[in-house]
Amino acid sequence: METVKGAVTGNRLGPPDPERYERRFASRAAGIRSSAMRDMMSLTERPDIISLATGFPDTASFPAEVFDDVWAAIARDHRASSLQYGPTEGLAELRERICEIMAYGGAEAHPDDIIVTAGGQQAIDLSVRTFTNPGDVVLAEGPTYPGAVPSLTTYEARVVHVPIDEDGMLVDQAEAEIDRLTAEGTPPKLIYTIPTFHNPGGVTMSLERRRRLIELARERELLIIEDNPYGYVRFEGDPLPTLWELDGGEGWVLHLSTFSKILAPGLRVGWVAAPGQVLRKMNLSKQAADLGTATMTQRFVVEYLKRTDWREHVQRLNTIYRSRRDALLGALDAEFPAEASWTRPAGGLFVWATLPDYIDTAELLARAIERQKVAFVPGEAAFLDGRGRHSMRLNFSGAPEDVLVEGIQRIGQAIEQTMELRRALGGSE
Amino acid sequence: MKVAVLKGGRSLEREVSLRSASNVEAALRRLGHTVLPVDADQRLVKILREERPDVAFVAMHGKGGEDGTVQELLEILEIPYTGSGVLACQRSMDKAITKAIFENAGIRTPAWFAFSEDAFRELGAADTMGDIMERLGMPLVVKPVRQGSALGISVIKDPAHLPQALLSALSYDDRVMLEAFVAGRELSVSVLGTDDPRALPVVEAVPQSDFYDFESRYTPGATELRAPAPIPDDVAAEASALALNCYRAIGCRGFGRIDMMLDPDGALWVLELNAIPGMTDTSLLPAAARAADMDFDEFVERALALADLGG
Repeated sequence: METVKGAVTGNRLGPPDPERYERRFASRAAGIRSSAMRDMMSLTERPDIISLATGFPDTASFPAEVFDDVWAAIARDHRASSLQYGPTEGLAELRERICEIMAYGGAEAHPDDIIVTAGGQQAIDLSVRTFTNPGDVVLAEGPTYPGAVPSLTTYEARVVHVPIDEDGMLVDQAEAEIDRLTAEGTPPKLIYTIPTFHNPGGVTMSLERRRRLIELARERELLIIEDNPYGYVRFEGDPLPTLWELDGGEGWVLHLSTFSKILAPGLRVGWVAAPGQVLRKMNLSKQAADLGTATMTQRFVVEYLKRTDWREHVQRLNTIYRSRRDALLGALDAEFPAEASWTRPAGGLFVWATLPDYIDTAELLARAIERQKVAFVPGEAAFLDGRGRHSMRLNFSGAPEDVLVEGIQRIGQAIEQTMELRRALGGSE
Repeated sequence: MKVAVLKGGRSLEREVSLRSASNVEAALRRLGHTVLPVDADQRLVKILREERPDVAFVAMHGKGGEDGTVQELLEILEIPYTGSGVLACQRSMDKAITKAIFENAGIRTPAWFAFSEDAFRELGAADTMGDIMERLGMPLVVKPVRQGSALGISVIKDPAHLPQALLSALSYDDRVMLEAFVAGRELSVSVLGTDDPRALPVVEAVPQSDFYDFESRYTPGATELRAPAPIPDDVAAEASALALNCYRAIGCRGFGRIDMMLDPDGALWVLELNAIPGMTDTSLLPAAARAADMDFDEFVERALALADLGG
């Protein structure tokens, strides 16, 4: 193939007066502030650093022969249609399959209740975009999913965090916040929650709290965005009903999920289940964003689901993750100080660890990257109000056991150094 | 000319460096040069050996790029590079050495003490803190000795907060500086030239928050840069002369930036010298260049013409 001259070395635009753009940026873009922590996270991708920061699912275990079969079938039977635009709401066949997957977990949905999105991330973005005016109050767990933060910030939501414990969101406290905010004339509009295998918390909301949250939504007429990417990533125990299921079709819950964790994140296929009126609005937003999710990868999912039992692959992944979780928890027991505490997730991809309150985890990350060559996500990334400074998110899905253990040993060293220094700073008395 | 733009690296200011470099690369291309962007990692020497650029534009900040490390390699490879030589980089990266040199040259800088992490761990340095607070007074600035972009800096007003501030600073470097706080206006003077260096107009940074921290430095609109600074001509002249003294005392070449405070009594206090100041959209040096009717391209071209070896 002939190379176009200058194709790679072509001029990158960048005018000498930065103010040209600065004064034109929309307030929602200007509102995204620089942060030392966010900058530091880019170092975690360096090859010499062990990173427990990213939340990568395992993709190496995806069976090669299935991959080949699926592509062969697409090439043979769906060449033209998989190269063509598709319906904004997603392929009908895929929406049917999504309903089957939801039904396996006990959640009933009709294909017309579903819109296929570019991953779970777009499902969050469309949900927040559809319901949030600047200044609208959104209740979210504290910590909340760090990836939801940019959407919440972009649409200028005012996020009020509700703490969690090992049984998930403290729903009583959510109620108290609703009372307080209502009295202040700013009642919340939405509750954003990850009830099952919380990211980053690693905890699961108890059945009692789920029921109470649904009651609360009905009493106070609040919409719940139930983000459920990890529901099937379960290593032990019995599944709990989703909020969608408990709502029983009354329409107070939007259910968001994704194929990223049960199949593969590179496909960028997720979905929203919601009442028709909501989907119609979301459909318009989706048209504006991208017209529709890539037909090619939707087709991949459909053909994959035709050929295999998706639950077998999930089982395979869960076996891998369970062993990695155990390795991580074992290393934490051995390497972290007695003053630290952490969650013991029965599923999902993350452990949330909390250190003594004199250790700032963003500062610990600076030390850990420079001296121990290891990285994690500082807790403040999971809050919009500056809290979380003594906690960290640790991922166990993305690396083999020995690397996880080495990573935790290194973080343990950084903590030990900090604690020792702290003692020394107290003076000799 | 074929210009290698060295950027990134694994310093904590990596992202700032990538933003500086992106502006430098765009300017070099507009100027008609062939640009070879190089993210500094294990392959750096190999790439430079293979590509043999005529000159290297060092757009790195912090450890590895601004402390003389990459400059030492460029000396060995005999590739002329922009900015200061090895020694001036080493001196300016270390705020304690910088200030000692300033003091020897009769340049006013706030009183200070510096300690290593080991001094606290092994030699009981914490027991001196009472004396230090007495001598430096409150508020007190606590900062890592070798770190840029205001990372790890605290201004403490209460002695009880000192241990936490030391712990913060020592997260970013294994040495910490305690410095008397000077209230006043934040001024910076960028200098351009080697044999006959000239000061660019003084720039004043007015952050919306009460401290010119990382967010204030790199969030568009978070800090107002006044260029030239609205200060009396004689103060501006004094600041410029002071900056040139600092520049010579450290032995800089090419370009550099000197940060200082103007206190309410009109006295100037030099805080530090940056051998490779930020060149991002919100940085002080490009603002100074614009105030001198020099667009960023012209600044880059001049910096390139001053590229050299040795020193």
